[in-house]
Amino acid sequence: MPSFGAQKGVTSESSSVFHLWQGFSIGAVVIGGFVVVIFVYAIVRFRRKGDNIPRQSQYHLPAEVAYTVVPILVVFGLFAATLVVENKEVSNPKTDVIVNVNAFQWGWKFTYPGTHTSVIGQTTQAPTMVIPVNTNVHINLTSTDVLHGFYVKEFNFSRYALPGVLNQFTINAVKTGTFFGQCTQLCGLYHSLMFFNVKVVTMPEYTAWLAKTSNASTSSAAATATNQQTNTGVPTKPATSQGGN
Amino acid sequence: MKVEAKILLSLGTFFGVMCAVYWNWSLENAGGVMMFAGMLLCFLPGSYYYWWSRRMKVRPEDDPNSTQSEGAGVVGSFPSTSIFPFMLGMGAFFVVLALVFGIWFLVPGLFLAVWAFLGATAEGRRGGHV
Amino acid sequence: MADLLNPAAELADDGHGHGHHEEHHGPTGILKWMTTTDHKIIGLSYTVTSVAMLVIGGLFAEIIRAQLATPDGHLVSLAQYNELFTMHGSVMIYLFAGPFAFGGLANIIVPIQIGAPDMAFPRLNALSYWLYLTGAITMLLGFFTSGGAANFGWVAYAPLSNSLNTPGAGADLWIGGLLLTGFSAIFTGVNLTATIFYLRAPGMTMFRMPIFTWNMLVTAILILLAFPVLTAGLIMLYCDRHFGTHIFSTAGGGVPVLWQHIFWFWGHPEVYILALPFFGMATEIIAVFSKKPVFGYKSMVFATLSIGALSLGVWAHHMFTTGVVLLPFFSIMSLLIAVPTGIKIFNWIGTMWRGELWFSTAMLMSLGFLFTFLIGGLTGVYLASPPLDFFTHDTYFVVAHFHSIVMALVLAGMGGLYFWGPKITGYMLNERLGKAQFWLLFIGTQVFTFPQYILGLDGMPRRVPLYIHNPEWKMLNEWSTIGAVMVGISTIIFVVNVGYSWKRYPAGDNPWDAQTLEWFTTSPPPHHNFYRLPQIRSERPTWDYNHPEHKSLAHGAGAGAEHQPTPLAAAVTVLEHGQDEGPNEGANE
Repeated sequence: MPSFGAQKGVTSESSSVFHLWQGFSIGAVVIGGFVVVIFVYAIVRFRRKGDNIPRQSQYHLPAEVAYTVVPILVVFGLFAATLVVENKEVSNPKTDVIVNVNAFQWGWKFTYPGTHTSVIGQTTQAPTMVIPVNTNVHINLTSTDVLHGFYVKEFNFSRYALPGVLNQFTINAVKTGTFFGQCTQLCGLYHSLMFFNVKVVTMPEYTAWLAKTSNASTSSAAATATNQQTNTGVPTKPATSQGGN
Repeated sequence: MKVEAKILLSLGTFFGVMCAVYWNWSLENAGGVMMFAGMLLCFLPGSYYYWWSRRMKVRPEDDPNSTQSEGAGVVGSFPSTSIFPFMLGMGAFFVVLALVFGIWFLVPGLFLAVWAFLGATAEGRRGGHV
Repeated sequence: MADLLNPAAELADDGHGHGHHEEHHGPTGILKWMTTTDHKIIGLSYTVTSVAMLVIGGLFAEIIRAQLATPDGHLVSLAQYNELFTMHGSVMIYLFAGPFAFGGLANIIVPIQIGAPDMAFPRLNALSYWLYLTGAITMLLGFFTSGGAANFGWVAYAPLSNSLNTPGAGADLWIGGLLLTGFSAIFTGVNLTATIFYLRAPGMTMFRMPIFTWNMLVTAILILLAFPVLTAGLIMLYCDRHFGTHIFSTAGGGVPVLWQHIFWFWGHPEVYILALPFFGMATEIIAVFSKKPVFGYKSMVFATLSIGALSLGVWAHHMFTTGVVLLPFFSIMSLLIAVPTGIKIFNWIGTMWRGELWFSTAMLMSLGFLFTFLIGGLTGVYLASPPLDFFTHDTYFVVAHFHSIVMALVLAGMGGLYFWGPKITGYMLNERLGKAQFWLLFIGTQVFTFPQYILGLDGMPRRVPLYIHNPEWKMLNEWSTIGAVMVGISTIIFVVNVGYSWKRYPAGDNPWDAQTLEWFTTSPPPHHNFYRLPQIRSERPTWDYNHPEHKSLAHGAGAGAEHQPTPLAAAVTVLEHGQDEGPNEGANE
């Protein structure tokens, strides 16, 4: 089946979204194709040939019923499919792997409750969130200042980070690798440079990483192997020379 | 008048049903209140028109068989020119600038607005430019 | 007018709309412009001002596209870029699309279409224009302040829009400008509703009003429902910024999401406030240039009313990714809007079916509208599904979706200018230049939106001036820029066309053999619009007058059965209770 421009992604949720996308696209292609065909046919076939006045017909019962009832049926079909995927995405199955994600102007902080690990980075010095593969990972998303958008393309998913609200969702990555993420909701001057990475590793690698960084963090609040930068409380200029004024 | 009333009343009823479903389901107040207010905003003129539609003769514009001569007579009084809308607009402009640049903009703003209010009212009572 | 003196038709050149008024006398020149209460002059001022806003907003768009043509462009700074897209959106939505439709063309055409001498409240109408003009000036003044114009996006999400994150006069000027234009819109809404309810000509029943007037009625009702909410929200925002309230900030126990609820409770009806007038324009144009009545007139009215009704219950589909809204409710309501919209599209094609299509510029623009709107509508269905919205939210997919929609509206609006321009000014626009404009505008629109759909699916977020991590997006962005330049050139052609055609091609009263009442009067119409009115027995009195032997047929071609109303028509007939005959049934006998 064609992908219609979307990709399967790397989580179990993202592939459900991808299949929903394919379903919607087939509907759109069929209905849109039908409309375009009769539209183009009308344009070609009914061009003006003289000054005759055509039959002034104004109503056609069967046609009007058809193009009212059929779209309603299609809409309820799409809604049913939507509900299935939506319930999967908003359900929060129980899990032990929890990551607290805090967004701020203009960076991200990933903390792992129950350990001493925390990763933080601003603008182009993107922090990396490490998560295990084939495991439900529960994310608690918050914001300290304005709205931000947590978005990873390969997850086919985004969610706002809202001040004063705890947003929770669960992802289950099925592939290892490093994936690029970015803030998608306008949050001020360096919005376009608010990057992060998600690194999906195997469970043993994850446990080892967590143990290592957790110990390192106890000894010092400063950088660890994966910490690019600690939060000094001072906004950092982005790596590009261009800045706002 | 009946059609107008029924359109507004049906819209209001629809908003009311939608409001009830939404408010009970989501327990979110902002949207519930706004939809409820939307319903009231439709019922207010809608019920007024409905009340009148039962008490007045069918207007020529509601009668499918009426002729143009039935509409003869004075349709209304339409002023041909008036400076007061412009003055009131400028007054509002200065009042808004006072919100941004400083309270002293209120002086010309309120002066123009009040003058225009009084002037437009007097013009309407006099039937001056109509 | 001699050809109109047909004894078969009953004419009345008495009071209606003309009556005791002497011919227009009064101030001239700029004083005339400042003091006028004539809906045609006010509407023309609105049209000219809003087209100027289209040009200004278009210039911002070209700068934005030039910046995005390279991954690390240096044309503007990050701060300037934020100002540019904020003001591009604000100018286009608040100052162009709405005022162009309900302040410009509707202001001129609606009273004439229903046989009224003027708007119901002429001085209020003038005040609307002055508030709109000063509001536009106020908003744009931001560029001349030291802090620059507003830079929090056209949606001004709290808490980014508070005084801590965006201090400076630009943001306050943005709020002030919106207060003024908001009141201007409310007054126009009041005016249109009162005019349509109270100033129709005898025989012009509600179900004989042209579709454009119907759409403007629903638009006006939506304005009255939606704009007060925005105005209230703006006052709250101003209080948060300056008077120390904490309505939208967590610091004092407020709720930032409340701003989104208020904003979108205005914002989604606003989408239909923008769209419905242009649907009406396209409907009129397609019917006239197919030489047929509007197919499914009653289902068209019903579809418009259902769009208006549903539009109040879909606002939070802009907020799916906040995680704090009721997903299923807003999903099904948003999906349902596709049904009446689909009815409209099929009705437009039904109007063309077995017609005699005349491809004038206005018709081409409307057909371009139909195609572009179909693309935007189909991609809109995806966004009504929360999982797919999570996937595409705040990416260029959404940008492409609503640019397909609004560019469709621009196409229809240009069609409206070519169609009604002769009525307003008395002179036609050049058709050759018009067709050149159409092809550039139409192809340019597709060239600039299609790459954006792909970019969005590939993860490009909106409102970013740089994409240094993804240089592979460069080529698609270049295509998008090329399309934007084509659209820009088409606008220049339009301006050139207006200059070139200035008083060159006299139009006559009814150059298109059009159907509705505005084509019965002179071009331009006299002060208070009519010298005489025809008998009104259907929604196309001018057509009935000119072609008495070609009345609308109540049932479909080939259907030999006795006329029976469609279910949709029956639903509307419930509203119509008390009116024994539908507008068209009488004609059939």
